[in-house]
Amino acid sequence: MSQGIDLQGSFVELLTQFGLPAGVAKAMWLPLPMTLILLAATVSIFVTVWLERKISAAAQQRIGPEFAGPLGTLQAAADGIKLLFKEDIVPAKADTILFTLGPALVVIPVFLSLLIIPFGQNLVITDIGVGIFLWIALSSITPIGLLMSGYSSNNKYSLLGGLRAAAQSISYEIPLALAVLAIVLMSNSLSTIDIVEQQSGYGILGWNVWRQPVGFLIFWIAALAECERLPFDLPEAEEELVAGYQTEYTGMKFGLFYVGSYVNLVLSALIFSILYLGGWESPISVDLLSGLFGVSETTPWLQVITAAIGIVMTVVKAYLLVFLAVLLRWTVPRVRIDQLLDLGWKFLLPVALVNLLLTAALKITFPVAFGG
Amino acid sequence: MTLAEGVQLVLFGLLAALVIGTALGVVLLSNIVYSAFLLGGVFLSISGLYVLLNAGFVAAAQILIYVGAVNVLILFGIMLVNKSQPFTPVRRGWIRLIATGGVCLGLFALLSTMILGTSWQLSTETPVGDGATVLIGMHFFSDFLLPFELASVLLLMALVGAIILARREFVPDEPPTDAISDALKLPERPRELVPAGREGSESPE
Repeated sequence: MSQGIDLQGSFVELLTQFGLPAGVAKAMWLPLPMTLILLAATVSIFVTVWLERKISAAAQQRIGPEFAGPLGTLQAAADGIKLLFKEDIVPAKADTILFTLGPALVVIPVFLSLLIIPFGQNLVITDIGVGIFLWIALSSITPIGLLMSGYSSNNKYSLLGGLRAAAQSISYEIPLALAVLAIVLMSNSLSTIDIVEQQSGYGILGWNVWRQPVGFLIFWIAALAECERLPFDLPEAEEELVAGYQTEYTGMKFGLFYVGSYVNLVLSALIFSILYLGGWESPISVDLLSGLFGVSETTPWLQVITAAIGIVMTVVKAYLLVFLAVLLRWTVPRVRIDQLLDLGWKFLLPVALVNLLLTAALKITFPVAFGG
Repeated sequence: MTLAEGVQLVLFGLLAALVIGTALGVVLLSNIVYSAFLLGGVFLSISGLYVLLNAGFVAAAQILIYVGAVNVLILFGIMLVNKSQPFTPVRRGWIRLIATGGVCLGLFALLSTMILGTSWQLSTETPVGDGATVLIGMHFFSDFLLPFELASVLLLMALVGAIILARREFVPDEPPTDAISDALKLPERPRELVPAGREGSESPE
């Protein structure tokens, strides 16, 4: 597995064969993965919106979108085009600069976090050492954007929504970080690649879900709260706050919040699949199968197949989690704000702390199973 | 000059300008909300400088602690007590401005003479880059053990304290009727167990 596919190396080599200097070839490579990830994120929004509409329709025994494209798959594109052509209104007494800056500050960190998502051994934009820590750090910028848009809208519902969003975000950041810390403790690294590597080799049995049964529940609850998904969508609770911090927004500025929330959901699902479900590893290890059939793992066609399986596995796991999140949205009622903060501070935080201590103790006692 | 060096130079110039510009904005703007948001800009630009210095871990920690925690709490505080009061100009207010300017300029002169006067030893070692996390851990558990342990115990105390504060029994809105008999007791009362559904019908929140 150490050899793998090196797309960057092959691309640079190809261009240098055409007579380009190596530096120029490298500079030409740089924008390619970034654009690819941006495109993938956009497509993931379409898929998620379609899933959300279809699954919620099924949960309520309706049909859901049907006329835009086959099975209504183009409904999200229609929504996006509608938002693009809407008039961009800034309220008269709103603070124009902050009002415009707010949505951007919410969306940018989410897209930046896609930097660390690996889809295979070498299929990642950058394998930076701080890896998962970067995601936690970046996701802590979002509340500033929420507070900014809530304050600048000059509307009491917006301000309340922004304050709620920030409070919710800082409360659930701590259990989330503690759950991630337990995983990092077991894999001895912050890098997302190393975290997946540590789970590889035993197929489905090696995944972290079995070693962190409490941790993954904490992570999933906290991630849903960070994404403001329905059991925890208090910042935009329709019955109480109109639409929270989004109340005064129209057109593409509102669209940015929409895009941000869906990309954030997909991102959380991807990170969940990397941390607990073995990332690009398939339930039955490909290495094991190739060893069984006596195919060398440096065979080119096998490497291509492994990479393809890796991408499919990561995406399938992530979308299973998205499906779960959508299903939760239509089955669980919304909590109250005091219940939300109670759950975060009185229950999740102590449990996450105990989970971390237990993991550390188990790591010392059974270094074989817990990555000593 | 290679591409990477050029990008680094341009980015350094941009980030330095951003740090100075936003920091001046924090001090000089009269709207406190703008100042608080610009403070976030200062912290973010400084973390960008850390990235340029190959210190990825410090940069991420800077964002997490200063932007994600300190700045959000400052903003939270400002917005929760956002009480607009008419500003009455103070007589001879200019004396204060001049005094502040003098102190700041003096401090600036002092620091710049110190910086220019010191002969800085430039390290010739190559930066460790991604290996920094391991190296920082090594230092924490060898020569910086005592400060690390003290800080971790302090933070654990804060964490446990937050849990204790959150689990505290509730303080009733109106003082209890027999206030004389238990005047020396703490205001916290054990929470009454309300059957589910009753509270919700009274105050639909």
